[in-house]
Amino acid sequence: MLDARTPLLAVKDLQAWYGESHILHGVNFDVHQGEVVTLLGRNGAGKTTTLKSIMGIVAQRTGSVRYEGVELINRASNEIARAGIAICPEERGIFASLTVEENLLLPPEVKPGGLSLERIFELFPNLKERLGSSQGTKLSGGEQQMLAIGRILRTGARLLLLDEPTEGLAPVIIQQIGKTIRTLKQQGFTILLVEQNFRFASTVADRYYVMEHGRVVEGFMNSELDANLEKLHEYLGV
Amino acid sequence: MVEIFGIPSQALFGQLLLGLINGSFYALLSLGLAVIFGMLNIINFSHGAQYMMGAFVAYFLLQYFGLNYWVALLVAPIVVGCFGIAIERLFLQWLYKLDHLYGLLLTFGVALIVEGLFRNQFGSSGQPYQMPDQLVGGQNLGFMFLPNYRAWVIALSLGVCLTTWFIIERTKLGSYLRAATENPTLVRAFGINVPRMITLTYGFGVGLAGLAGVMAAPIYNVSPQMGAELIIVVFAVVVIGGMGSIMGAIVTGFGLGVVEGLTKVFFPEASNTVIFIIMAIVLLIRPAGLFGRRG
Repeated sequence: MLDARTPLLAVKDLQAWYGESHILHGVNFDVHQGEVVTLLGRNGAGKTTTLKSIMGIVAQRTGSVRYEGVELINRASNEIARAGIAICPEERGIFASLTVEENLLLPPEVKPGGLSLERIFELFPNLKERLGSSQGTKLSGGEQQMLAIGRILRTGARLLLLDEPTEGLAPVIIQQIGKTIRTLKQQGFTILLVEQNFRFASTVADRYYVMEHGRVVEGFMNSELDANLEKLHEYLGV
Repeated sequence: MVEIFGIPSQALFGQLLLGLINGSFYALLSLGLAVIFGMLNIINFSHGAQYMMGAFVAYFLLQYFGLNYWVALLVAPIVVGCFGIAIERLFLQWLYKLDHLYGLLLTFGVALIVEGLFRNQFGSSGQPYQMPDQLVGGQNLGFMFLPNYRAWVIALSLGVCLTTWFIIERTKLGSYLRAATENPTLVRAFGINVPRMITLTYGFGVGLAGLAGVMAAPIYNVSPQMGAELIIVVFAVVVIGGMGSIMGAIVTGFGLGVVEGLTKVFFPEASNTVIFIIMAIVLLIRPAGLFGRRG
């Protein structure tokens, strides 16, 4: 078991390549049990690649990714999922050839203790109404996002990697997703979030890491956000 | 004698039956091709050779082990499927990221080698394979004579095709297969061993070809080039139905068998080419095939 100070997820000197291009140049950060941690950074800073490398989706990677103290850097992505990590990808990954229900039930249970369908429908009442829908991709963007988050809550994974869950969504849906993330945190989930929208991130995150050129260049607490606002504007170019 | 459109009904129904028999094999084989293409993106050109291997395994089982047709029906698909699994592990798994052409060339090469080896060993004249005793004879339906074995082939093929369709379209396992066809990376990141699933899918598709081979053995001779002759038509069927569509492969398989049979009655000169004419027309009007999902 982990003692209280050992991080749930420890990423050290993580490097990753897509073919010839070297994307991550040694990423270091920690995520503790029960935290919501946000990776901020411009497009191309390496945030999505970091999530994909943790999940094992990027084949060429070196360094160290420890989850619950276990080294995952050399594991295949299906084994990493079985360790208890689940991803909600940026493009949402809803399957067109599957019904809404099949999409929701697709990810297998990897650990005991996942949310029941009833509790998922409490979080996302819209999903229940759309269960009979023939094709997952016929849902609205917001509903697809809820489906993409909802389906990984069933699996018993305790670390959720959420890649820009608010991208392209209406403000009212963004609020609902923010509320969901806070509820999940209360229920003990640990969340690593990638966001461009730090206004949204500030409503859910405990801590931030800022990425630039494939490295983590800064880290601070949510309480330090105001003090770092100017620097942040510079990093994000907003 | 009763006539329909100026054709004696015996001849008409006889050809319809032949068409359904051929259609049974078209459907089983194009179904296997569709399953394989959907999951592996490989155009399995060794499908005909694997069908032939199924027939030969049945022949060996009977000749050398005294094991009858019913045992062969179970064992031959497994043996041929395992051969497929070995091919997938040794060769195909390295080709998925490349153009379709590589998979096609590799499986074409495998077909040439396998067929060459069998021809070298057994010559090109066929070996007879005896029909199982239980299925000798037939039923007089009044309007036609229905040989039992042929009825069995049609029923078994339909049963296997529809079961396969059901598994892929209506079960949990099928939802993994469909999802992995769309986005294997994500399905794997959910904790499913996609590479193993791909291997088993290829084994299953090849096993279907082996099964068709066993079923064909008592009707046609068991000969090294039995697959090469059939597979060309089957590929035309797949093109017409649309690569990768399960129901499309089944419906087109049976449908084209019947169309071919009817052509034999009404315009015998075209019976060997009718499927290719239909293929050309479909390619012009709907290049993705009648049931194709890809544009």
